[in-house]
Amino acid sequence: MDALHIAINGVAHDLKGVDARTTLLDLLRDRLHLTGSKKGCDHGQCGACTVLVNGRRINACLSLALTHEGDAIITIEGLAQGDTLHPLQAAFIEHDGFQCGYCTPGQICSAIGMLDEVRRGQPSHVSGDGEHVELDDAEIREGMSGNLCRCGAYVNIVAAIRDVARQAPES
Amino acid sequence: MSADASNAPLRTRSIGQPLARLDGRAKVTGAARYAWEHELADALYVYPVQAAIARGSVVSVDIEATRAVAGVVAVITHENAAKLQSDENKELWILQSAGIGFRGQFIGAVIAESLEIARHAADLVRVRYDEQLHDADFRSDRDDLYAPEKVNAGYPTDTAKGDAEAALRTAEVVVDQTYTTPMEHNNPMETHTTVAVWDDGHFTLYDSTQGAHSLRKTLAPLFGLDADAIRVIAPHIGGGFGSKGTAHAHDVLACLAAQAVPGRPVKLTLTRQQMFQLVGYRTPTIQRIRLGANRHGRLAAISHDVIEQTSRIKEFAEQTAVPTRIMYAAPNCRTTHRLVKLDVPVPSWMRAPGETPGMFALETAMDELAIACQLDPIELRVRNDAEKDPESGKPWSHRDLVGCLRKGARHFDWDRRNPAPRARLRDGWLVGTGVAAATYPRYRMPGSVAMIRYESDGRYVVRMGAVDIGTGTWTALTQIAADALDCPVGAIALDIGDTHFPNATVEGGSSGISSWGTAIVAAARAFRDKHGANPEVGSEASAASPDNPEEERFAMHSFGAHFAEVAVNAATGEVRVPRMLGVFSVGRIINPRTARSQFIGGMTMGLSMALHERSVMDARFGEVVTHDFAEYHIAAHADVEDIDAIWLDESDPHSNAMGSRGIGEIGIVGVAAAIGNAVWHATGIRVRDLPITPDNLLA
Ligand code: FES
Ligand code: FES
Repeated sequence: MDALHIAINGVAHDLKGVDARTTLLDLLRDRLHLTGSKKGCDHGQCGACTVLVNGRRINACLSLALTHEGDAIITIEGLAQGDTLHPLQAAFIEHDGFQCGYCTPGQICSAIGMLDEVRRGQPSHVSGDGEHVELDDAEIREGMSGNLCRCGAYVNIVAAIRDVARQAPES
Repeated sequence: MSADASNAPLRTRSIGQPLARLDGRAKVTGAARYAWEHELADALYVYPVQAAIARGSVVSVDIEATRAVAGVVAVITHENAAKLQSDENKELWILQSAGIGFRGQFIGAVIAESLEIARHAADLVRVRYDEQLHDADFRSDRDDLYAPEKVNAGYPTDTAKGDAEAALRTAEVVVDQTYTTPMEHNNPMETHTTVAVWDDGHFTLYDSTQGAHSLRKTLAPLFGLDADAIRVIAPHIGGGFGSKGTAHAHDVLACLAAQAVPGRPVKLTLTRQQMFQLVGYRTPTIQRIRLGANRHGRLAAISHDVIEQTSRIKEFAEQTAVPTRIMYAAPNCRTTHRLVKLDVPVPSWMRAPGETPGMFALETAMDELAIACQLDPIELRVRNDAEKDPESGKPWSHRDLVGCLRKGARHFDWDRRNPAPRARLRDGWLVGTGVAAATYPRYRMPGSVAMIRYESDGRYVVRMGAVDIGTGTWTALTQIAADALDCPVGAIALDIGDTHFPNATVEGGSSGISSWGTAIVAAARAFRDKHGANPEVGSEASAASPDNPEEERFAMHSFGAHFAEVAVNAATGEVRVPRMLGVFSVGRIINPRTARSQFIGGMTMGLSMALHERSVMDARFGEVVTHDFAEYHIAAHADVEDIDAIWLDESDPHSNAMGSRGIGEIGIVGVAAAIGNAVWHATGIRVRDLPITPDNLLA
C-alpha cells in the first residue's frame, strides 16, 4: 500500500513506506531532497509548489504522493540540460523576473504548463474559444495568476514569458 | 584612516552597471538553499501547539494521546521547556509560564520523526484554560489611548512647531479629514523557518532572517549564551519586508525544541495561517489630517494625529506621522501618536513602517487641498516644497521632489490631463489619473565589518554576515567591492549569509547597502593601504563601517513621485490600474536592473495595499479571520499591467562613498494615495479608508 513507483526528472524511484498523508510536495522536498519546489501556503493558493505531472502543471501541495503511482514528474531541477538553462530560466535571469526567488521555480514550471495549454488550444477565459489563440499579455497574466509573487516581479515575469513564447517555434 | 577619508567618493565602474543577479542561476534552477532546505541527517520535525483563547492562562495540558503516537520523540510545554534567562521581550518569552497574551501564542510543541506525525500529534494535545475577558477592539473613541515614550526608530511621539491650531483657525482653505488603513500582513512567500541544532552548548540555526548577526544577538541572552555560541546560516531568504527583521517566537520555539533533543536537527516552519499571528504586522491606523492654506495653496499649518494599536505583552509604536514632519514647508506643524494596548498579536515592521500608512493619509489630503484651491496637485506640491528640513532646519543632503514630479509629469503626459472628475468614460470604464509624493529616510546602521583576503586564484574573497532577502545584495555588494578594490566583478568572491563572517547589521530601514557597502569600501581602502596594488596571496584586511559626521550636518531623505492611471468599471466598481510610473530621487543607483525590480516590487505591493489587502480582526475572538491567500488578497499577475520606475541621475556626496541612500522601501510609499487620487479623478468619489473596494464606488 505504501509503495510508490514514480519517475522524477527522468529518474525512476521505487519508494517504500510512503505515509498516506504525505503530499507530493513534501515527498519531493523532504524525502527526495528536491527542494527546488517551494512551499508558500500548502493550500493551493500561491503556486510556489507548481510541478509538471505527465506534462501538466499542478500544485504539488494539493496532491497526495501515493496518488502518483506510475506518473512522470518534472520539477525545476529537471529543466536545464547540463549547463544549458531552459529558455525560460535564462529569460527570467535576463528580465530579472524575481527578487527573492522563492516563487520562481513555481513561476517557471507554471509558465511551461501554461504555454503548452495555449499551444493545445486551451487558453484561459480571457482569450475565449477559437482555433488560433494569440498569446497576448492579458492571456499570460490570467494564465499565470495562480502563481503569486510577493516581491512583485510580475511585469518582469510576463516580459520573460512573452520573450520565450515569441522565440519558440510553432509546434 | 579618518572617517572623512573612508567616506570619500568611490570611482565607479561596476557600480551603475545593470549586472544580472549573481545568484540568478541558483534561483532559477532550484539549487539555492533556503532555511528549510539544507540537507541535514537525522532531522526531526516540530509542530507548535497554540493558545485557543485570547487572554487567560493554561490550567492543564494533557499530552497522553500525543505521546502515544508512534514517531513522537518529545513534547514541550511550559512545564518542561528549558528556562529562558531574560523576559525583557515578552513576545519571545514563550513556554515559561501558564499565561496567555493573545490567541495563537505558542504554548507547546511536538517533536516527531515526520512532519505528518508532528502535526497530527500536536492536534491531540488537550488544553484546559482559565479564560479571561479579552479586548481586541480597535476604535478611535476609546478612553485608554496613551502616548508611547517614543515611536519606532527612536522618533519623538509628538512634535509641535509654531501654533498649528491658531493657523488653522485663520486659514482661507482647510482640509480636515480622517483616513484609515487596515491591519496588513507582510506575507513573504517563504514561510518563516528555523532549523535548529543544539550540540555541546552551541546552537546552529538555519533561519529565514533579515539579520544573521542581529538574530543571534537577540537569542543569546535569552538562552544565557555568548553570541559566539550561536551560528546563524542564511544564504538565501525568500522575502521578508520587515517581518524577518526581528526575532519572533518561532525562533525561540525551535531552539527550545532543539534543546529537548540534543544533537538532532529540528525543523520548524510556520504555516501561512500561523504567520498571521506570530511574525508581526502593520498596525491599523486612524489618522486625522488637517491642512490649512491660503487660496494659492501655500500651507500655513499641517496637523496629523494618529491612533494605532499595539499588543498588551509588548509595545510597538509605528512612526506613522513622522514623514509629515519633513514633507512640506509649513510654518506651523503638529503631529501626535496615540496607542491602544490590546490582547492581539504583536505588531512590527512592514515595508516602510510609518511612511506607508502615513503618506497615504497626507498625500490624499494634499490632493483634497489641491482640489479645494483649484490647483494642479503637482503645482500644489511644488509651491510647498521645503528648501531645508522643516523639522530640524538642517540643509538637505539632496532633495529633488520637484524634479521627480516634473520628470514624471513629462513621461505620464500629465499636461494633457483634464482636472475635472468623472470626465472620461471609455467602454464602460471611468478613467482617471492621480499623483502622490513619496519619501523615505536614509538610514545607516553602525557596526558592520568586512574582511577581504587575496586568494591564490587571483580573486579577492570579501566576507561579511550580510543577507540577501531578494534585494540583490549578492550582486550589489560584489559591484561595490569591485570598485572599492578597483578590479572587475569577476575578481570578487563574495561570502555572505553566515555569522561565521564578520558582523553585519540587519537588513532593515533600506539601510543594507549604506551600512554594508561602506564597510566593504573601508576594508578595501585598508587592504590597499596595507598591501598595495599587488598583494601577496593570503594578504588580509578588515575594517568597520566608518562614522559619517555629515549625518549631523545634513538631513538625509529620499523622495519620489508616483503617477497612476485607473479605470473604474461604471457598473461594478471594479478598479483596474492600467498604468503606473514611479520617479525616484535616491542618490546613486548601484545596479539599475535590480534597482528597478525593487522599485516596481514596492509599487506592486502599494497597488496591492490600495486595492486588496486587509486583515480582518474579529474582536470577539481576537483572531484575524482572513488568514490565508484565499481571503487576504495580494496582487496577482492579473492585477498588474504596466508598472515602470525611473530615477533621477544623481549621487549623494554626503550619504556615503557610493553616493547611495537606500531604495528598498520608498517604492511602496505614496502608491495607495496616487491610486486613490486617480480613483477620485475617475469617479468623483473620495475613498479615505483602505482598501478601495468596489462597494465604495457604486454611486
Ligand atoms: S504551496 Fe502549493 S500552492 Fe502554495
Ligand atoms: S521573487 Fe520573491 S516572491 Fe517572487
